[in-house]
Amino acid sequence: MIEIRFHGRGGQGAVTAANILASAAFREGKYVQAFPFFGVERRGAPVTAFTRIDEKPIRIKTQIYEPDIVVVLDPSLLDTVDVTAGLKEGGTVIINTEKSKEEILEKLKKKPAKLALVDATGIALEVLGLPITNTAILGAVAKATGLVKLESVQDAIKDTFSGALGEKNAKAAEEAFNNTGIYEL
Amino acid sequence: MTEYKPIRKVVSGNYAAAYAAKHARVQVVAAYPITPQTSIIEKIAEFIANGEVENLQYVPVESEHSAMAACIGASATGARAFTATSAQGLALMHEMLHWAAGARLPIVMVDVNRAMAPPWSVWDDQTDSLAQRDTGWMQFYAENNQEVYDGVIMAFKVAETVNVPAMIVESAFILSHTYDVVEMIPQELVDEFLPPRKPLYTLTDFDNPISVGALATPNDYYEFRYKLAKAHEEAVKVIKDVGNEFGEMFGRDYSEMIEKEHIDDADFVFMGMGSLMGTVKEAVELLRKEGYKIGYAKVRWFRPFPKEELREIASKVNGIAVLDRNFSFGQEGILFNEAKGVLYSAKSKPVMKNYIVGLGGRDFTVDDVRKIAEDMKKVIEKGEPDVEVDWYHLKR
Repeated sequence: MIEIRFHGRGGQGAVTAANILASAAFREGKYVQAFPFFGVERRGAPVTAFTRIDEKPIRIKTQIYEPDIVVVLDPSLLDTVDVTAGLKEGGTVIINTEKSKEEILEKLKKKPAKLALVDATGIALEVLGLPITNTAILGAVAKATGLVKLESVQDAIKDTFSGALGEKNAKAAEEAFNNTGIYEL
Repeated sequence: MTEYKPIRKVVSGNYAAAYAAKHARVQVVAAYPITPQTSIIEKIAEFIANGEVENLQYVPVESEHSAMAACIGASATGARAFTATSAQGLALMHEMLHWAAGARLPIVMVDVNRAMAPPWSVWDDQTDSLAQRDTGWMQFYAENNQEVYDGVIMAFKVAETVNVPAMIVESAFILSHTYDVVEMIPQELVDEFLPPRKPLYTLTDFDNPISVGALATPNDYYEFRYKLAKAHEEAVKVIKDVGNEFGEMFGRDYSEMIEKEHIDDADFVFMGMGSLMGTVKEAVELLRKEGYKIGYAKVRWFRPFPKEELREIASKVNGIAVLDRNFSFGQEGILFNEAKGVLYSAKSKPVMKNYIVGLGGRDFTVDDVRKIAEDMKKVIEKGEPDVEVDWYHLKR
């Protein structure tokens, strides 16, 4: 079972990202589970969401404390939230940032085995005209982890957002897929 | 029967409930929004707005009390009626729950378990539904989104057979807002399993006029209660038959009112209801690999209570750890209390300990199951619990 934890801020779509990732894996024949941190969400406040992916039905019903993969939608969270808390040995961290690998590693409490950096905000502003990074970052997740194909992510995005909005968001994921820096540490 | 080809979707527990109501071809839905139930009725409203359902009347009301009143009126005319609520909303419905059961109306409701306020909480806790224990409603606790979907469809069949309303209970957020894979049944096969309701009496059969909710003097009231009690007894058999039929048609067997595993070689079992049992199942498999001789008994139906099944389980194990995400003040966990009552007359009485867990949505984890297993091992060695009721999750 692969466990993924998303960190974002209320309104950035972390919960939707968790759902779309689950939906993409489901399209590839996997069993999935996606859920928000069971909190009271407010716009701008730190938000956590989770996805589980497995080859067999998922029975466990708890939050994720030891993720294999951490995805950070908002770079400012690195200053206030320990995003690597509980990260498994050999784990991957994917961050939306303009900063360099060195600058980011300074902010992480635990060094991951793999670090992926993408300017999802820049891509979202360019492609969508809005700083909503949840679909772009999923392109980076596909690239960095190989958990799901980019096409599955794009299909799941188009399933969530219809028409031109779906196309644009799928494009954002593709841009991110092609512009993610991956560092084995 | 047409060949069964399930439609697999990734949906939340609440959407599973809404799809099940749609597939059951409910005719009247009356509801009032409350977190975390709201997305059930929003989804049903969306089905109506999109023209995906025919012959479904949605009745917006100003309170949960009125929602149940509207369902009672609809059901008395012979319609298939559905509603959903949570916590304070269910409490506000309380009076009407008696009216529905007393009038023997087979309404089906989803309650999304949510902690009662104060203090204000929107998270999972079973005390809201268990406080409706004596209203005469049947109660089914779902472990996962699939059981929410299957439960609603089966509940209509059971309810309409014995003329008793049924509540399908799911966990706040842990199921209601969690997306998971659900196998849905094609409409024509749901229709085959659950044909249109055939009411014994209706308010609109003007050739055979009836009265609903009339006065019963001391000369009659007693017999009405007896009949409702007998209907619950009959429901035990009907639930098993319907659960078996469901299994034969769709491959998921619900003939056991208590789903159990490893009972025959278990030293002790975990017993509980609802979503926390998913985590227990996962943990039990893990702990068995480490040498623990344990099993689980998941109580699906709390009303009618599966007395015989529980006595049989008790006859095979040395101990039962009862997990209650609920509490009856001045007493103990409610399932624990019920189980002890049932086992008083059993020949074999296992050692029992009550663990109060996860109230108000506190996460109940695999590690918690491990710690309770370690504790329960000591309880059995000693032959009696250190304390009968353990507030396990208390911050110490």
